[in-house]
Amino acid sequence: MLTAIGKIMESLLVHMGLYAETLVRSLHRITSRPWHVRIFLQQAEEVGVQSLPVVMLTALFTGMVLALQSYIVFHRFAAESLTGLVVSMSVVRELGPVLVGLMVAGRIGAAFAAELGTMRVTEQIDALWTLSTDPVRYLILPRLIAVTLMMPLLVVVADFIGIYGGYAISVHLLDQNPAVYIDNTTQYMGLSDFYSGLVKAAFFGMLIGLIGCTEGFNCKGGAEGVGNATTRAVVISCMSILISDYFLTAWMFG
Amino acid sequence: MNAPIPRISIRGLSKRFGHKVILDHVDLDIMPGKSTTVIGMSGSGKSVLIKCILGLLKPDSGEILVDGENWLGLPEHEQLHRMRRVGMLFQAGALFDSLSVWENVSFALLRQGVDKKTAKSRAIEVLEWVGLHDIEDKVPAELSGGMAKRVGLARTICHKPDIVFLDEPTTGLDPIMADVINHLIVRLHKDSGTTILSITHDMKSAAMISDHIALLCHGSIHRQIAAHELESDQDPMLRQFIEGRAEGPINCSSWGKQIEEAIQR
Repeated sequence: MLTAIGKIMESLLVHMGLYAETLVRSLHRITSRPWHVRIFLQQAEEVGVQSLPVVMLTALFTGMVLALQSYIVFHRFAAESLTGLVVSMSVVRELGPVLVGLMVAGRIGAAFAAELGTMRVTEQIDALWTLSTDPVRYLILPRLIAVTLMMPLLVVVADFIGIYGGYAISVHLLDQNPAVYIDNTTQYMGLSDFYSGLVKAAFFGMLIGLIGCTEGFNCKGGAEGVGNATTRAVVISCMSILISDYFLTAWMFG
Repeated sequence: MNAPIPRISIRGLSKRFGHKVILDHVDLDIMPGKSTTVIGMSGSGKSVLIKCILGLLKPDSGEILVDGENWLGLPEHEQLHRMRRVGMLFQAGALFDSLSVWENVSFALLRQGVDKKTAKSRAIEVLEWVGLHDIEDKVPAELSGGMAKRVGLARTICHKPDIVFLDEPTTGLDPIMADVINHLIVRLHKDSGTTILSITHDMKSAAMISDHIALLCHGSIHRQIAAHELESDQDPMLRQFIEGRAEGPINCSSWGKQIEEAIQR
């Protein structure tokens, strides 16, 4: 039992060390040339544009179901007019960044780990080095920056789509007054609520990029190793998002 | 008269993974303009040796001097800069899947800031040198094993390195394609006078492409001879390896004993 716990702790510390090392090595290179702008733009397109459908669909249905649930509960207290506020606050502060983070972790974190892992086991990363190209600068840095910058943009889209989903259900299905709905939504929601979600999104993006790239970059053991790295990247990213969300919320609103 | 300085001089190189000793105080000199081949059993540490020289693995101890400069002591960016002098052919090609053949071949040139038109024309020239025509716009997934190996060789020499490393250049190829690769290596050596360090367990290839042959066994260089002495040398380990016999001084138990001794040391 103690041996098992010891092994888990050792593995945890090793991984934390690898993530910290990757972050330090990336930040160390961020201010100096060469910058691989073309690769950054490719990754930004992959992370941002290619993730839009899944993010929009997730946000739309989250807003819709939230409006439905809130309305049912508030109806018991004759407080249906608060539905809009609850939907928008929940989406902007929590559900937008967290759900987009989980979606992007599944899509992009896995892709980073699988792509870099395959490159590692087929010696393509070693080949980069022998061709006088820094693998961290060429492979990790553009991905890390792309996902960190694209996450807040995706969350902005998700916020609007989620709020619209709640509005559509409240107004068109539950016959709420659209003017009251919008008024309640805008009256109590400040810009800080919106910004806090964006800060969270950027932080989650950095976590996803860091974990996905590190797992792939340090992958060992052929096809099985790539599979394990990909699974670890998704699971650890999702867990990290949920855990860090609590601490970020406590820090920003506590 | 002064003796020539080795292009690569390896002194007391040791590397272990966990408790397993892979390289145990390896000493090896590779002279300028010569083709040296390290032979040895699978798992004997041949690839580890090349990866240590290239900075892909960090040895536990020892020195790697290239033209008298210790590459092991250099900071990372300096090591990267030195890589402009070398070319490396990986066992499975290690071509970049997302790039076309010509982008793969001219990768080093493009990174050095050579314009695309010049880089592509140089890539086509080198591809023709390895006998491949009209494939520059294909992607690696469309190539056969032999073609991928030749594209890998083209990438290795495109930026005109003065030291070339070849990791199992004929492994996984049919005998005819292996012969084609061997001839290309011989031609590269004759035409450019490049210093070559190959590792292989293909004895036909070793005999054909080498000036010198070194046997890596039990973690260290056991024997070093000129290639023309290959048939006449009577060292029992070398003979066993050349003749491909299971019986002889090279066996798993003796290797295991060596590992145990190395751990105790």
